Amino acid sequence: MVPLMIGMSLIAFVVSHSVPADPVAAHLGQRAMEDPTIVAAFRQQWGLDKPLPEQYLTYLRNLVQGNLGVSIRTHMPVAEDLGRYLPASAELAIMATLVGIGLGIPFGVASAVRRNHWVDHVVRGVSLLGVSSPVFWLGLIALYVFYFRLGWLPGPGRLDTGLAEPTHVTGMYTFDSLLTGNWTTLVSSVRHLMLPGLVLASVYIGLVTRMTRSSMLEVLSADYVRTARGKGLRRRTVIYRHALGNALIPTITVLGLAFGDILAGTVLTETIFSWPGIGRYAYQSAVTLDFPSIMGVSLLIAAVFITVNLATDMAYVLLDPRLRRASR
Amino acid sequence: MALSDAALASAPPLPAMPPDTVLLRGRPTSRRAAVVKFCRRNPLVLGGALVVLAWVAVSVAAPVIAPYGPLTQKVVDRLQAPGAAHPFGTDALGRDILSRVLYGGRISLPVGFLVVSVSLVIGGLIGAIAGFGPGWADGLLMRFTDMVMAFPIIILAMTIAAALGPGLEHTMIALVAVSWPRYARVMRGLVLSVKENEYVHASRALGATEPHILTRVVLPNCLAPAVVMATLDLGNAILTFSGLSFLGLGSPPPAPEWGAMVAAGTQSFDQWWVGAFPGLAILTLVMAFNFIGDGVRDALDPRLRRAV
Repeated sequence: MVPLMIGMSLIAFVVSHSVPADPVAAHLGQRAMEDPTIVAAFRQQWGLDKPLPEQYLTYLRNLVQGNLGVSIRTHMPVAEDLGRYLPASAELAIMATLVGIGLGIPFGVASAVRRNHWVDHVVRGVSLLGVSSPVFWLGLIALYVFYFRLGWLPGPGRLDTGLAEPTHVTGMYTFDSLLTGNWTTLVSSVRHLMLPGLVLASVYIGLVTRMTRSSMLEVLSADYVRTARGKGLRRRTVIYRHALGNALIPTITVLGLAFGDILAGTVLTETIFSWPGIGRYAYQSAVTLDFPSIMGVSLLIAAVFITVNLATDMAYVLLDPRLRRASR
Repeated sequence: MALSDAALASAPPLPAMPPDTVLLRGRPTSRRAAVVKFCRRNPLVLGGALVVLAWVAVSVAAPVIAPYGPLTQKVVDRLQAPGAAHPFGTDALGRDILSRVLYGGRISLPVGFLVVSVSLVIGGLIGAIAGFGPGWADGLLMRFTDMVMAFPIIILAMTIAAALGPGLEHTMIALVAVSWPRYARVMRGLVLSVKENEYVHASRALGATEPHILTRVVLPNCLAPAVVMATLDLGNAILTFSGLSFLGLGSPPPAPEWGAMVAAGTQSFDQWWVGAFPGLAILTLVMAFNFIGDGVRDALDPRLRRAV
């Protein structure tokens, strides 16, 4: 993992420093730019007068100490910015993952058990729809229908206007208000989370459904399932204990890999829903060529992605008794 | 039909394929009969192919069938609801949305096609060298590929597109930069399995040079599955492209780009038609590609239903 991160920081560094944009001009005002001594002093202060390899080593040295540099756009330390925006995205990603698993697995099971039945066709159609629809368009439609037309759910933002942020514990409003017993805020934050969470989950639902369906189909024709049926176990026991347990392993792999799609989806979802998270921060950093923050965001997201996939590897051990015994 | 039958027929049976590759076997039946049979068994593939063909036809014929020019502004008609004069309504500048949607395919389809083919060539070459070359080259190239793959696609693409500045060609460069690693991996897997075949050993025994074996013996036998995979990837490429263009990182404004048109829909929120129809265009096209992809995957090897 460490070599991977170092390599990625190198790529991010090369990409961000091989473009025509000049960070000096972005930082200094027009008048300061005309004074060569100020420009030289600025370059020296930020180490921009050094050759690129040396600049990269400096970046790495700071990175190890947890210093990601200062954002050109917000003039704040990047690590601080990330700490502020991450909880909002985490809340959204957790919601989307829960919805994705909670709907995707039952959908997949239902469709595999009734293969070629109308249930199967409907589920397959819906999951294909989920995989194929542009997230940003779904967000727009969802906002129009449920917020603008029907008024069932609130519009963009994390809380109703007029409500104060809950006391900061995790930065995730739902958890914070739950922990501090602030019920009005809890209800409001959950309601605000619904639309973006569901929209972000749409891709996930589709993927999980398709994966569960295909691995269930494979498992259902296995010998041990036939044995279980043969010895007269109830249908439900066979499906949920004998088949699903085995079918979940490939599904978990896909869940981990698809987490990357969730992260990509946050950029678009957060833009549509004005959700102050990492995705929107990444977008704003990219369009303003704020390289320290772009590098920070990329590294953070890559680290999260790698960690999630490590965690799914560990989940195998929980799901598969054979691995549990082997690791002991 | 997405698959070239000649490519299908020329692919020999490949032993020990890695699980993320597509297995192809040609049977000496008549080509037309095979296609008809395939489509009858896979109505979804047929449906998807028809929708894709329809979009291709619409894009080619756009100047003839579109009722208005895609850039023609008529401010008096701004933000009109769908009606007889404008079936899909008009946008904030009074442009006819139907015409713009019809013209949109002229951007998205070629962009998707170009991005996928360039990625296939670049990724394919890197993967082929990794799979065929010495061990150190393999290690080096694949570590690099893994690193690029670990980047969140849209963030890397966004950064590159923003850094290069506005312009469709820059968006395409960004898309290629994030899509080639998948092809590199698949191509490496294919080369690794093909190069162990007896005919490869035979040509080496006959005194063929290594470059000759790679380009004349190994690569032609890897090409068919790689091209199939690239074709199936077209939908994804178009989806990612529309995401970038939604974020304003596609071609600059007046161009009738579907993603950018949905973005315009967020500006005139009360007028649902501004964003809804371009989004439907993306949805139908991407879904059609996915129908084809699903069907082809199922048909070629039932075991590979798992490889999403």
